[in-house]
Amino acid sequence: MDLINIVLQGVLVGGLYALFAAGLSLIFGVMRLVNIAHGDLIVLAAYIAMEVIRLSGLPPLLALIFVVPVMAAFGYALQRGILNRTLGGDLLPPLLVSFGLSVILQNGLLAVFTADSRKLDAGVLETASLSFGGLSIGLLPALMFATAVAVIAALQFMFYKTALGRAFRATSDDAEIAELMGLDRRRVYAWAMALCLGVVAIAGVFLAIRSNFDPFMGPGRLIFGFEAVIIGGLGNLWGTLAGGVILGVAQGLGAAIDPGWQILAGHVAFLLILAIKPRGLFPRMDG
Amino acid sequence: MMQFTISRATITSRIAGVFALLLLAVLAAAPWWASSSFLHLAGEFAVYLALATLWNLLAGYTGLVSVGQQAYVGLGGYITFSLALFLGVHPLLAIPLAGLVAALVAIPVASLVFRLAGAYFAIGTWVMAEVFRLIAAQATALGGGSGISLPATVTKELGGKWLREASIFWLALALGAGCLALVYLLLRSRIGLALTAIRDSEVASTSLGIRIGRVKHVLYVLVAGLTAMIGALISLQKLRVSPDAAFSVNDWTAFVIFIVVIGGIGTIEGPIIGTIVYFLLREFLADFGTLYLLFLGTLAIVVMLAAPKGLWGYAAERFGWSLFPVGYRIHFKD
Repeated sequence: MDLINIVLQGVLVGGLYALFAAGLSLIFGVMRLVNIAHGDLIVLAAYIAMEVIRLSGLPPLLALIFVVPVMAAFGYALQRGILNRTLGGDLLPPLLVSFGLSVILQNGLLAVFTADSRKLDAGVLETASLSFGGLSIGLLPALMFATAVAVIAALQFMFYKTALGRAFRATSDDAEIAELMGLDRRRVYAWAMALCLGVVAIAGVFLAIRSNFDPFMGPGRLIFGFEAVIIGGLGNLWGTLAGGVILGVAQGLGAAIDPGWQILAGHVAFLLILAIKPRGLFPRMDG
Repeated sequence: MMQFTISRATITSRIAGVFALLLLAVLAAAPWWASSSFLHLAGEFAVYLALATLWNLLAGYTGLVSVGQQAYVGLGGYITFSLALFLGVHPLLAIPLAGLVAALVAIPVASLVFRLAGAYFAIGTWVMAEVFRLIAAQATALGGGSGISLPATVTKELGGKWLREASIFWLALALGAGCLALVYLLLRSRIGLALTAIRDSEVASTSLGIRIGRVKHVLYVLVAGLTAMIGALISLQKLRVSPDAAFSVNDWTAFVIFIVVIGGIGTIEGPIIGTIVYFLLREFLADFGTLYLLFLGTLAIVVMLAAPKGLWGYAAERFGWSLFPVGYRIHFKD
């Protein structure tokens, strides 16, 4: 029963990792950009949520009404103002610029909010649980997982059934031809980044409810998200969810052996999959 | 028939060469004329110069953008401490051994991370460094998560205070100048020709018969070994290793990348200029704490967007300067 419980908790935490990863997967799919500051943006969203809650008194999940559009607008501006200038074949400029952004965000947050660790209080949501024949599931992890499934389903729908998704796919396949058809690739990229940071906002709020956060925990979240993307296979959003779940379960099993092994076990699972299936479990596109 | 001559060196490069040798001689005598704080600072300068030169060799020439070089810095430190503490190896002898062991470790690591392409390779190397850090934190014999200091019995093997400071400084100087010289000679050789070709176009160099995969693999392992030797030196400079400091992504990779990009990637001179700029900034702005890091991050972004070839690349293009000639110049008569 213990083992079943550990696996179940791992699956649910995997939902959070899938939320970390979904935005990463989306922007890589559309513009082959790997954003090193992705994790720091998740932490930024958590701090913005904290401020919104402080000023408005809203409960954390309702604060999303503000945090999602703010982050999405920031994403649009970031892409149009800075990141678009770095795209164009060469690998280094986007990597370096997002690395610089990561250092700026970490130290900016440190300067404004100090290094104290914070947490969002979601009240009864944090302790409530559902029981199924001897198994007990926390309401918060269950909600997190359900949100991840809903976000990925929504992204999937958007990608394959809407005009915006068609623009994303066309630009991803061949940006120049897409421009000949009247798309402005800089705007398409900016919309993709806006959508990505909207998802990042949701991930940031759940992160902040579930555990303590501080200005320096971004890189760790980036790595979890990245691992989920690679395990699941590039370009496959449902695969990314599976990747998050595998990572969550591996960490749970590792922690059960020895608390110091939690994160390491996740990395080891990632490296094993990389060794056996270099393109991930369910790849849809090439790196 | 057109008359022409081919040369490598220029007047600037000859003057620079003589100047560099003189500088090296003056610096080698520094333990006799300088204060220990100067030795310390110069040693740190050499460490960053060497790390930047090596990272530039990887990223600037073969496009292997690693953000996980701290894996080898930390590994070098931990191997050195293990050899000195458990096997009684003399700390100075432990440095080359650390390089050798790390190079051996890098062979299987390379075959894993090379499965990831482009930007994902970068983050893959970072995961590898995290794995090393977490394993080091589990090593209870080496102090676990809080790290360990080199006991006085071992530090005594390095001699008294003056001799210890002097020998660590000489080591730093040797590694700094050595890495620079190695990269210079490497780039002038046959392999250098291949590396420069890969830098300019991977497709074209494959068509000319360069085995890109093998060149990259060998280079990655070589750089890993040398980076670990620098890590070993850093551990002796600090006389302490801890997982978070030894495997710090900011200290050993982010700053190094900023140095190379600000100075000019894909040139030998770039990392030198970048290191000088970095130390000047640090000396003047370090009192401002986080603001200094905000400024450094912003500067790196601005340079990347405005002058992607860095300060040296900009100057070299504009004035035709070259301190370390690795190419050939053709001079036509009349």
